[in-house]
Amino acid sequence: MALLELRNVSKIYHLGGEEIRALDDVTLDIEAGEFCSIIGPSGSGKSTLMHILGCLDSPSLGTIKLDGVEIQKASTSQLAHIRNRKIGFVFQFFNLLPKLNVVQNVELPMIYSGIGGKERRERALKALEMVELGNRLKNRPSQLSGGQQQRVAIARALVNDPKIIFADEPTGNLDTHTGEVILELFRNLSRQGRTVMLVTHNPEIAAVTPRRIEIRNGKIADKVDTRLAGLDRLAAAAAKSAAAGAH
Amino acid sequence: MGLWNAIAVGFKEIWAHKFRSLLTMLGIILGVSSLIAMSALVEGMEKGSREALVAVGGLQKFRIESQPVPVEQRHLRDFATGVTLGDVYAIQNNAPEVLKISPEMRMEPSPTLSANGKNFRTWSTAGVWPVQLEMMEHNIEHGRCFNEVDDEQARSVCVIGTGIRDELWGNPEETGKEIIPLGQTLTINGSPFTVIGMFEHYESDQDRKTRLLRKAEEAERLASGLTNAPTGPKRMRGWGGNRRGGFAFWIKNNTVYVPLNTMWIKLLSGQTNTPSDKRLSEMEIKVRDVDKLELALSEIRNVMMVRHRGIEDFNVRTQEDWAEQINVFIKNARLSGGLIAGISLLVGGIGIMNIMLASISERIREIGIRKAVGAGALDIFVQIVVESTVIALIGGIAGVGTSYGLIQLIIAFTTTDNAPIVTVSSMAIAFGASAVIGVLAGLFPALKAARMNVIQSLRYD
Repeated sequence: MALLELRNVSKIYHLGGEEIRALDDVTLDIEAGEFCSIIGPSGSGKSTLMHILGCLDSPSLGTIKLDGVEIQKASTSQLAHIRNRKIGFVFQFFNLLPKLNVVQNVELPMIYSGIGGKERRERALKALEMVELGNRLKNRPSQLSGGQQQRVAIARALVNDPKIIFADEPTGNLDTHTGEVILELFRNLSRQGRTVMLVTHNPEIAAVTPRRIEIRNGKIADKVDTRLAGLDRLAAAAAKSAAAGAH
Repeated sequence: MGLWNAIAVGFKEIWAHKFRSLLTMLGIILGVSSLIAMSALVEGMEKGSREALVAVGGLQKFRIESQPVPVEQRHLRDFATGVTLGDVYAIQNNAPEVLKISPEMRMEPSPTLSANGKNFRTWSTAGVWPVQLEMMEHNIEHGRCFNEVDDEQARSVCVIGTGIRDELWGNPEETGKEIIPLGQTLTINGSPFTVIGMFEHYESDQDRKTRLLRKAEEAERLASGLTNAPTGPKRMRGWGGNRRGGFAFWIKNNTVYVPLNTMWIKLLSGQTNTPSDKRLSEMEIKVRDVDKLELALSEIRNVMMVRHRGIEDFNVRTQEDWAEQINVFIKNARLSGGLIAGISLLVGGIGIMNIMLASISERIREIGIRKAVGAGALDIFVQIVVESTVIALIGGIAGVGTSYGLIQLIIAFTTTDNAPIVTVSSMAIAFGASAVIGVLAGLFPALKAARMNVIQSLRYD
């Protein structure tokens, strides 16, 4: 049984009497432990897909099973509960609370799952050690660099030990080098057996994941566009080195 | 999210916007303190009124006085005698519920009193039986009261209140010693009378406290060797120090009593058309049991109707009317005061709601983040309600503190006899009202915040 099962999921918006299908009959399985990316140009529906996968939104049609439980009919409060226990989010703009310091930000999800103060602190410290920020506990987000803020956000996503982590353009607001450090962090998480979903429009980032799901016009593209995913360059490079070897 | 966490977050939020929160609280502070001050004022007034009521004899007592004949009996007015001494005897003999009865014959208009080279026109100069002293709760402090012999022989003796002494011989605070004018001669409209007794000085609790305090300060000043006593002529204090609450006491202090017969023979001779029966200004009656007031009243009414042959030239006035008036007045004061305070609390509540609405639209993104990491609608709702309640409660506590200052301010500006009385229950009610308003003001903003869409609020800038 897959961790996430989508069956014929559609998301339909009505704008001025016109029906817009942001997602159109998507069927998709994501297995536990997968490291996977969702790619597609802006407006393709990849954000909508992530919102539905991440329980931020409910589908208009179709069924979705997370961890064996059907959730397409869940109320907003039930979705909040699921997000709290089973899902971690990392956003492009970090989305840390500016008034709280690093530890308090990481503790935030545990406050809503009713974990006591002492255990909260211990688990937050452990998560911060994992992203190598154990020395910046009392700083406010505004006193940290972009990369550090994103690592705090990752610690926050990890702290409740979720089934799946969603990262929405996690490197979009970072320079190339810092972006690579963050990607390396996700790769490590994947190696530890966590399920990680990267949402991006950047093929080079998508290239780091073993599986790529491409969205176009609200549908999953049958065949991954190698050019878009940057695979053609990899293939070309491989062909080139093979040719060089033949000489 | 636990309640403690919500409260901690609430305090943090208030601390982050200190000035804004203070301004918001100001409405509640004013509301709470005005509610407490209002109730303290009314409480003080009530106490003053009750004191005055007791000072004139309480509910057991009432009065019968002459009144003009009613319109439908105008043709009988030549037979109207008014209240007479004969009526007093008749009631004494025929109304068993009556405990005491005391006739009073006043000089109208009130006469000029002269002594010690000074003239003075007092509130009331009356001829009475000695029983009047018990009736009006008078106590002789110096000398004696006139007795039945003085009355029988119509001797020219009188008993005075301290107010008369103050005017004619000088009051103790100005002269520095207590003058007791026993044996002195006082003329009433020119007729000489000997002062044989003087009442004690009547004053309200508040007046007594003020006077003793002033005395203590004076003694301290003299002891410290400073003699910057005020110089120049004494200022006129006016009628009873312009103090309404002390009026009942002022009247008592400005009383002159002479024996009833003396009044009749020496002062009022020839002023009546019923020489056979002595006409009275009024009579005071005290009943045995206040619960049987109605029975006593009907007994007295029957006796009077028989004696007056059905002519209603008398009027029965009970203190109940007065007590009722006091109650009505207190009720009105409480209602209007409560209304004003309630409105200011309401305005304070609207202020809180306004600031909470501003606060949540400032924190849309924060709410989005909290929801994304797992805060349910209820968590957000509770957080906003707690924040507004915390503001209101801090305002409530500050208001209770401020009310003390407000009451001091009111005392300083209005020299009222009835010192405001702050009751614990009024404080509790005001504080409770602030809590309720805090919760109510938070409901709508909290609902709005709880209903925000996660995705939209995460994207909000």
